[in-house]
Amino acid sequence: MSKYFSPFVIPFCIGVVLLFAFCIWKYIRWYKGFDRLQRAIIRKNIFSWKFLPAIWEIVMESLLHRRIFKRNLLLGYMHASIAFGWFLLIVVGFFEAEFGIQGSKPFWVAIFYRFFQHEHNTFPSAAVFTQVMDGLLLFVLSGITIAFVKMIYSRIVGMKKATKHVIFDHFARVSLWCIFPFRLLSESVTAAMYHNGGFLTQTIGDILPFANEYVEYTYWLLYSLSLGVFFTAMPFSRYMHIFTEVFLIYFRRLGVKENEQKSGYTMYELSACSRCGICIDACPLNKQLDIKGVQSVYFLRDIRYKMLKDEIADNCLMCSRCASDCPVQLDLMAIRRQMRDKKELDTKNNYRYLDTVRAFNAMDRVVYFAGCMSHLTPGIPDAMEKIFETVGQKYWYMDKEASICCGRPLMQQGFHTQASELRRKNTQLIVQSHARLLITSCPICYQSFTKEYKLPIKVMHHTEYIDMLIKSGKLKVNKDASLKVTYHDPCELGRGCGIYDEPRDVLNSVAVLMKTPEEREHSLCCGFNLGNTVIELEQQEKIRNAALENLQTGNPDLICTACPMCKKAFTRATEAKVMDVAELVVKKIGE
Amino acid sequence: MRTIAIIGAGPAGIEAASVLAAMEETEVLLFEKSATTLDNLRDKAFLFPDFSSAADLVEIMEAKLDRDNIKLHLSTAITSVVSTSSATEAGGIMAWELQDASGVRYQADAVLVTTGYKVFDAHRKEELGYGIYPGVITSIDLEKKLKEGKILNAVGDTPKKIVFLQCVGSRDEKSGNHYCSKVCCVTAVKQAIEVRKMLPEVEAYVFYMDLRMWGGGFEEMYREAQEKYGVRFVRGRISEAASTFDGKIQIKSEDTLVGLPLKMSADLLVLMVGMEPSEGTKTLTHQCNCADAYGFATTVNPHLRDNETAQPGLYVAGSCKRPMSINDSLTDARSAALRIAEYLK
Repeated sequence: MSKYFSPFVIPFCIGVVLLFAFCIWKYIRWYKGFDRLQRAIIRKNIFSWKFLPAIWEIVMESLLHRRIFKRNLLLGYMHASIAFGWFLLIVVGFFEAEFGIQGSKPFWVAIFYRFFQHEHNTFPSAAVFTQVMDGLLLFVLSGITIAFVKMIYSRIVGMKKATKHVIFDHFARVSLWCIFPFRLLSESVTAAMYHNGGFLTQTIGDILPFANEYVEYTYWLLYSLSLGVFFTAMPFSRYMHIFTEVFLIYFRRLGVKENEQKSGYTMYELSACSRCGICIDACPLNKQLDIKGVQSVYFLRDIRYKMLKDEIADNCLMCSRCASDCPVQLDLMAIRRQMRDKKELDTKNNYRYLDTVRAFNAMDRVVYFAGCMSHLTPGIPDAMEKIFETVGQKYWYMDKEASICCGRPLMQQGFHTQASELRRKNTQLIVQSHARLLITSCPICYQSFTKEYKLPIKVMHHTEYIDMLIKSGKLKVNKDASLKVTYHDPCELGRGCGIYDEPRDVLNSVAVLMKTPEEREHSLCCGFNLGNTVIELEQQEKIRNAALENLQTGNPDLICTACPMCKKAFTRATEAKVMDVAELVVKKIGE
Repeated sequence: MRTIAIIGAGPAGIEAASVLAAMEETEVLLFEKSATTLDNLRDKAFLFPDFSSAADLVEIMEAKLDRDNIKLHLSTAITSVVSTSSATEAGGIMAWELQDASGVRYQADAVLVTTGYKVFDAHRKEELGYGIYPGVITSIDLEKKLKEGKILNAVGDTPKKIVFLQCVGSRDEKSGNHYCSKVCCVTAVKQAIEVRKMLPEVEAYVFYMDLRMWGGGFEEMYREAQEKYGVRFVRGRISEAASTFDGKIQIKSEDTLVGLPLKMSADLLVLMVGMEPSEGTKTLTHQCNCADAYGFATTVNPHLRDNETAQPGLYVAGSCKRPMSINDSLTDARSAALRIAEYLK
């Protein structure tokens, strides 16, 4: 045992012990914070086959960083080289030590193998291992180099803005960056003295001017120190994501989701954020208004370090543009809602009127729910009524007179109790109507009905419904080949519910749909989303104008959208014609 | 011989032209983009505060143009106004060159811009249902009906209830117009009285934020509307309009004096549309670097030099500066004419 001990390994050993102690303590504590629903899901699925896709995703994302590769090759390479390269260094190093030193040995030997094993032909393929280890070290070092360049000039990896880190993160990063150069130097010095290096360490070792025991020991000590410091800092810094992402992917694959309140699962999500800063460039508040410090990366950091201010939680459009870019696929919108919780505001008496609204028997009809926003754009419900009449579909216009909000705008602002009151009443009305299909014109309501309600009937957005009518031949439309249109994906319908193709198919059957530079998952928010209560009208208009500019690419005759809110936002701005998909379809109804 | 170019043959343009043409050795070029003069005025039936006929005023104004030294160019849209010399070269007077849409150039010693306003396009407030429900009309549409002497509701019957809504496109952050259009308050009072005179059975409601009775006789008209004509004034904005099965308009509002939400159905909803700078005003103010945030013309000083722009020889008058009543436009045109006369002396 004493043969494999040298005092320089102490910092490393302390680091490892602290790392595991802190991690285990935190993970257990967070797991205990799971709510009943989340625990029930885990209990139900823990012995299912769901762990297989989870392992696949862990390899693809935590090690290879596939989603970052898709975004930018160099950025992906940077993350993969550090994560996957280091992982392989540990694994291959472990086997090298297993083969190279027979019998029992302390765990640090694999890490400091060359210091303890000066022979280089202790087992048949030892030379291959030496070269592989050098190759892996070079792989990691290349990643560190890119990271260093990125710190100075982030555009090299396709990022306009990089995250501004807190001092502690800088400290952790320096310790991480020191590990590999020190490993290179210490192995090189050892190689110079004992000729046990590979193509990299031996070459460098041979040109080093000083190679004696003191220099060697100093470098190995520095290597061990940087490891120890990094491991100790890791559970408290952004590097906690390294392990946490693995757990998060696993829980997520089992089916665990964010709920209305912050839970232990939220803690896993917070720590799984690597603060890569990809969300900053995606955020329209950054792009159009140059508002800093509110983006998801800062928002999650502030929650984790318990320094979140209300104005930061509230300053978000909830357009989920960042969530679609997030390489860890964190449920950013749900966490934002949790932090806006305003349950302490008592509004019980405001909802008494709900009980005066009576149900309607719509057994042989479909239910049409225009939504509050559509009441401000009467052209949309008007068009829908004409479409129902054209296809001979009887309908019940549920919110024509006594309209009850779907509850989502309240929920977005953290009024969860109040929103649930509205949901309760709407659910009751819908169930008692005995209808089998609910059609809504508002993507906000649509998302609410499909995700927050548990309705026993099918829910469709009107673009889906019209698409179905056209494809089944019930609704005949004429295609106007001279009409060029562009389509704006509403946040709530596109990124929110994944409805991209139906409105496009409808538009293609009545006009010529043109492409815009930013569409589908990358579509720009119209700026008038109900999510944000902080920014001013002029700021909303700036965001809107950017979206509008994108939609006016190629000078379309008409801009189409599928959301009353987006429609209002655009009509306020421009003399250009803006229409809902339904309104255009009504104009193109054929024989 | 001095040549003065006036762009826009509305009340302000014609008034200024007639004042300037009365001077010796003066020629006035009066440009109008449409085929007739006084387009906006021709839509009106009666004028506040004295209920005089708009047609009479049109006749009087047209007569003012009957001079040899006023050259009226109809259907001529001026698209560019540039000074061709610096003030020092020509002894303090700058030479101006105007160009119309077909490329014809005109020379002038001074230019007066009286390109005026256009009414707010009520389609932009879709929640009020203009262009969707036939029962929703603008104050301009109603004025035309008053002129014809026939007011019918959406299904062709005599209306029983008419609702006026103030501040459509004015004092409205969301439509981008923060300013007050100034004339709509009194116009609604005037129109409500006229409607009641024409159809004594009709109920008239005016929804307002606050009523700005700034002119002589306005307050008296407002009092008379309530006491003599029974027009009802409700303080509150209308949030949305919808149609009912019988072709009426259902409105949702709040009576902010009572503090309660309010629903009402009416035969006609009249939107009191505000003023915006006309396209011609916007083009020229931007070209001459005197546009404010909305595109109205700005002047050197609002107290003493309210017709002058930063460029010597370029003057502005009337509702191209800000929303203005006809009376104010006429006064403003005379003051501009006086300034131009002094400048060219």
